[in-house]
Amino acid sequence: MKKVYLDNSATTRVSQEVLDAMLPFFTETYGNPSSLHTMGQEASAAVQKAREQVARAIGADAEEIIFTSCGTEADNLALVGTAYANRKKGNHIITSSIEHPAILRTCEFLEKEGFRVTYLPVDRYGMVSPADVEAAIRPETTLISVMAVNNEIGTIQPVREIGRIAKEHNVYFHSDAVQAVGKVPINVKKDDIDMLSLSGHKIHAPKGVGALYVKKGTRIQALIHGGGQERNMKSGTENVPGIVGLGQACEAAIRDFDKNTAHMKRLRDKLIEGLLKIDRVRLNGHPTIRSPNNVNVSFSFIEGESLVLFLDMSGIEASTGSACSSKNLKASHVLLACGLPPEEAHGSLRLTNCAFNTEDEIDYVLETLPGIVDRLRAMSPLYKEAARTTT
Amino acid sequence: MYSPKVMQHFSNPQNVGEISDADGVGEVGNPVCGDMMTIYIKVKDNVITDIKFKTFGCAAAIATSSIITTMAKGMTLEDAEKIGRKDVADELGGLPPQKMHCSNLAADGLKLAIENYRRKLQGLPPKSGVTSGEER
Repeated sequence: MKKVYLDNSATTRVSQEVLDAMLPFFTETYGNPSSLHTMGQEASAAVQKAREQVARAIGADAEEIIFTSCGTEADNLALVGTAYANRKKGNHIITSSIEHPAILRTCEFLEKEGFRVTYLPVDRYGMVSPADVEAAIRPETTLISVMAVNNEIGTIQPVREIGRIAKEHNVYFHSDAVQAVGKVPINVKKDDIDMLSLSGHKIHAPKGVGALYVKKGTRIQALIHGGGQERNMKSGTENVPGIVGLGQACEAAIRDFDKNTAHMKRLRDKLIEGLLKIDRVRLNGHPTIRSPNNVNVSFSFIEGESLVLFLDMSGIEASTGSACSSKNLKASHVLLACGLPPEEAHGSLRLTNCAFNTEDEIDYVLETLPGIVDRLRAMSPLYKEAARTTT
Repeated sequence: MYSPKVMQHFSNPQNVGEISDADGVGEVGNPVCGDMMTIYIKVKDNVITDIKFKTFGCAAAIATSSIITTMAKGMTLEDAEKIGRKDVADELGGLPPQKMHCSNLAADGLKLAIENYRRKLQGLPPKSGVTSGEER
């Protein structure tokens, strides 16, 4: 059976060049970067090289990069770290209603700690309005956190405008760019970003490594205490092979940016065009201002999990939305925030490609999917009801 | 996540469809929550002679609908209405805990179909088990 992996916003495969870069750090250069001996210092140099590679990918300086164990940890450090460190200045945070749970659950934690959080609405395409951001700023606001690209619907947020507003009001701006790096241009200096989260396994590095960019001079408090690694911001022995992999993946993402994004966009548009030929389907997210790798559609009258499982039986691996929500029975908070009725939101399907996918694979999906939709609709009492009301 | 039997009934569901001249129809669930089910029964001499279903929902919802139709076919109404949610889940080799409360609507749907059959005999209008709102 043909296998097509279209769940690259959940995780990506480790590329060969990343794997090759990592391998020596498991069995040959396995020293602890804190050790003074030669192998320890070689490991330390490898971490420093990766820090420079990551920094280059987002327009930062190497000393502004803090390696973490994942994007979620980077988000937690950014939000909780700045909230605590700037408590005397104020206790108000602004974010959007369509953020990843790594941001939303952290904001809920901070609310329990006495902080106030404004959750901004989005328009039907999942876009945050910069005017709304500005209107929400109060004297006690210390942080704005808006993601660069939404993980479910792929909408690209007006990060640069939000960054400018934050700067004008002397408020820190954090952006969760886990789905943005390698897919949309991002530059922390030009975009006035004070903190930015990224994750290795979304860009062909392994799971278990991420990074937080923290602009020089940002007041932030560590969450993990210990040996003082990562400028005291994230103690714990460095995941050297993972960090090396992240560095190599960032270098490749920037080196191949134009070629890869053009390819992903071509596949994305072919998929969208083909899927929109199916009856009663809608494209979620922005029609044009969207990640080159993201397709999110809702099929009326059917439920996403069944669709994903039938696709899996045909060798196509996809998602109903965020992989983190697959055990959650509620409809996607992102799609609900975009105004979809819950029964439509339950029927969503996310197909996310990467540079390794091919046109043949997209053809296979377009050949396979309509039959599955028909089969599930034939089973659905809602479809019968709809047919009755439209005839 | 799902037992082999759930996947078997999900991928090859039994008794899908509707019975146009059904003696009893049970419609349960809530599309807002992502699960809705309709069970149709034909009854002769107090025995379920035919049963079909239509389901909008997850794999567990489809599998529970399918298996309950195979369990109830040929049963007396009294025996069929004794089939509980746990019986359906046990017959499927278990369901994930988070799916138990929302997906195992099949037992409710069958009970409602039987109730509506009896109401029909008494000339009463059918009851609906379709709910609205976010919570259930």
